[in-house]
Formats: sequence, structure tokens, C-alpha cells
Amino acid sequence: MKTEDFDLFQSVLKQRSGLVLTRDKAYLLESRLTPVARRWNMKDLGELAGAIRSRRDERLLRDVTEAMTTNESSFFRDGKPFELFRQVVLPTFLKAREDTRRIRIWSAACSTGQEPYSLAMILHEEQAKLAGWSVEIVGTDLSTEVLDRARAGVYSQFEVQRGLPITHLVKYFRQQGDRWEIIPEIRRMVTYREFNLLNDLGTLGTFDVVFCRNVLIYFDQPTKTRVLEAIGRIMPPDGVLVLGGAETVLGITDRFKPMDNHRGLYQLTTAPRPQGLAVKAAG
Amino acid sequence: MKTCLVVDDSRVVRKVARKILEELSFACDEAEDGRQAMEACVRRMPDLILLDWNMPVMNGIEFLRSLRQMEGGDVPRVVFCTTENDLAHIQEALSAGANEYIMKPFDSDIVQSKLAQIGLV
Ligand SMILES: C[S@@+](CC[C@H](N)C(=O)[O-])C[C@H]1O[C@@H](n2cnc3c(N)ncnc32)[C@H](O)[C@@H]1O
Repeated sequence: MKTEDFDLFQSVLKQRSGLVLTRDKAYLLESRLTPVARRWNMKDLGELAGAIRSRRDERLLRDVTEAMTTNESSFFRDGKPFELFRQVVLPTFLKAREDTRRIRIWSAACSTGQEPYSLAMILHEEQAKLAGWSVEIVGTDLSTEVLDRARAGVYSQFEVQRGLPITHLVKYFRQQGDRWEIIPEIRRMVTYREFNLLNDLGTLGTFDVVFCRNVLIYFDQPTKTRVLEAIGRIMPPDGVLVLGGAETVLGITDRFKPMDNHRGLYQLTTAPRPQGLAVKAAG
Repeated sequence: MKTCLVVDDSRVVRKVARKILEELSFACDEAEDGRQAMEACVRRMPDLILLDWNMPVMNGIEFLRSLRQMEGGDVPRVVFCTTENDLAHIQEALSAGANEYIMKPFDSDIVQSKLAQIGLV
């Protein structure tokens, strides 16, 4: 691949999705963008780069960006954060929101839906405690392709065997040949929406619980800082942030601090906001 | 070390399963059908039984029902591992006392995930 073509893809991706692509990952461009070039009747990445340069076609740019995302996910991924959600986070908010009886949960890079549906299944298991409550789960992602799959809620035999207890498969899925469809009752609990984490989060409203897992790893440090601080601004002072196993706030922002004894969970600090406003958050 | 009994009439499947389980630090024993598996359990109850459904002599579900009636037969965690991959079979297995269920084809990711569900890894 020509250096100038690599540089073009690199800057397009950085700008549109935050993805940081180092030169040793050039092979990823080849393997993931060659099918895009084919779909657009182009012979190779050189021609694709040329097309991007000559006409900034929005659909083409979107195809390129989506093709470069990693959409790997699984139900109850890593187990522990979901256990903590059920045992610690949910009971905390059941107390703290007794007056409004309203909880909003955001799965911020939900990919094909396993993360928000795992949360929905937990809420369903705890439904006795939630009578009269309004609990909203919003799943967002940059990629429309994964959102279509999330909305459909249909998974392969392989996908339903990773992380999902067999009792949940029996209870929450219907079989269609060798595919498994999540039941409407669970599907209805999640609202999906296309959303780029680099955009203004103000349009989303506020969230008590934010699952932002396995997406920050693809960003550079300033982008991580920017996104985490933006998330902090749409959370109430007692909100809880859940990150992926390889992610942390340490050295990235002081708006959040790890929760004691609850690995992967973070809370807002009372530290001064980056703008220098010495706001003392409650709690 | 945790012990596992792999019950399958296919030597290939037993070999693949054994390799995966040994990598997860299980000491493995093998049986070719339900009757051999019963004999093994009479000698010593394993911690885990990976169980095929369709086998000559005594099939998986018959074995499981007898196992759960034996003294100490409630101890082993039983994970079906079978090409019977429809809801009716899964439900039958669960009501006979299976703890987890793997639909073939399987790989080490699936085995590991299923064993994590029942607290064995
Ligand atoms: C590896 S998946 C993580 C899925 C799930 N959160 C989990 O932990 O299993 C990463 C997802 O982030 C999405 N993504 C990447 N950059 C994004 C951005 N700038 N805004 C929103 N979503 C993004 C990708 O489309 C992909 O679906």
C-alpha cells in the first residue's frame, strides 16, 4: 500500500470513529477494506483511496469506517461486571431512586446487542423488585450494520453458547432452525440508536449507569479523555460507569475513580472539573 | 485436581474434548457409552461429566437419570455435549438434572464458557 493511501485511511478513520491505526496494522486495512472496494466495483485499495480523495462520498466514507470497526461481543462478557450490576449497582439505584422510580442505562458501544440484552435479562430476573419502575436501556453504536443485527436479536448457535447460561437460552430465546431469536419481551426493553461517541453527547439525556466497554481501547489518549469526560457530564453525581477489562480511567481523567472492591466499576470524583470550575459534587 | 469423565461413542470427540479439558486442568477419564460411564461412576464420582446423547447400550439421558438416583450421584456436574440441538431435548436434559448443555460443534471457548457458568473454571 502506498504511504499516502495509508495516511489517508488513517486520518479518515481517526476523524470519523476515533480509531487509531498504526502502521503495523496496515494488513487490517487490506483484509477489511478489500471487500468494501469490491462492493463499490473498485479493483483495490489504491482505487478506493483515490475515490475518497476525489469525491468525499458520505456513503463510501461510512462503509469504510464501519468495515474497520471490531464488533466482537458476547452475552455477559467477562461475567463479573454483570454480576456486580445485579448485586451492587441495581440495589444501589433501587434505593437512591426510590422517589422517581426511574433508571436509565446506556450501552455506549453495544455492537450486535449482547451487552444491552444481558442487562435486560438481569432486569427481567429481578422484575419482582422493579414493579412500578421505569427502567430504560439504550444501546448505541456507530455502525448501522451491527445495530440492524441488534434490533433483529437473532444469534447463531455459536454466539448463544458463549457467556449465556443454558437456562437463559431456554427462557429468553426462541429457536429458528440453527438460529436463536431473543423473545419480544426482552427485545422491547432495549432501544437502539445510531450514535458516534465523538459527537455531542448532550442529545442523549442523562444516564445513571453507563456501560462503555471495549471501545475506548481503540482510541488515542486525548480521545479517551475527551469521551470519558463527556460521559461524566451526562451522569448524575452518583452515576456508575462500567469499563472493559483492559480499560481504566487512571492516567486518563480524574473525573472518575475506581470503586473500592468492585473491579471495572467507576464513580464520579469530586475533583475540580477540567474547566477549572470547582464544583463539589454530592456523595 | 478436578476430575472429568468424557462419555461419547466417538473416539475423535473424546480425544478433542479430553485435550480441551486437560488444558483446563482436569484429569480425564473416558467412557464409550452410558453403561461404561455408570461403571466408572460406581468406582468413583467425577467432578464433571461431559455427556453425549446418542450412544449404543445406554444413551446419555438414560445414564443421567440413573446417575441422579445413585448414592452420591447428585455430586457430579453434568454437561451434555450433543448434536441434539433443539429446545425440546435441552428442556428434557435440564429436567433430568443436567447442569449445562453444549450443542455440537463445540470448541474450547464454548467449553470454557459453559464450565464457567457452573463454577468449574
Ligand atoms: C468490540 S465492540 C464492543 C461491544 C460491547 N460493548 C462489548 O464489550 O462486548 C466495539 C464497538 O464499538 C463501536 N465503535 C467504534 N468506534 C465508535 C465510535 N466512535 N462511536 C460509537 N461506537 C463506536 C464499533 O462499531 C463496535 O461495535
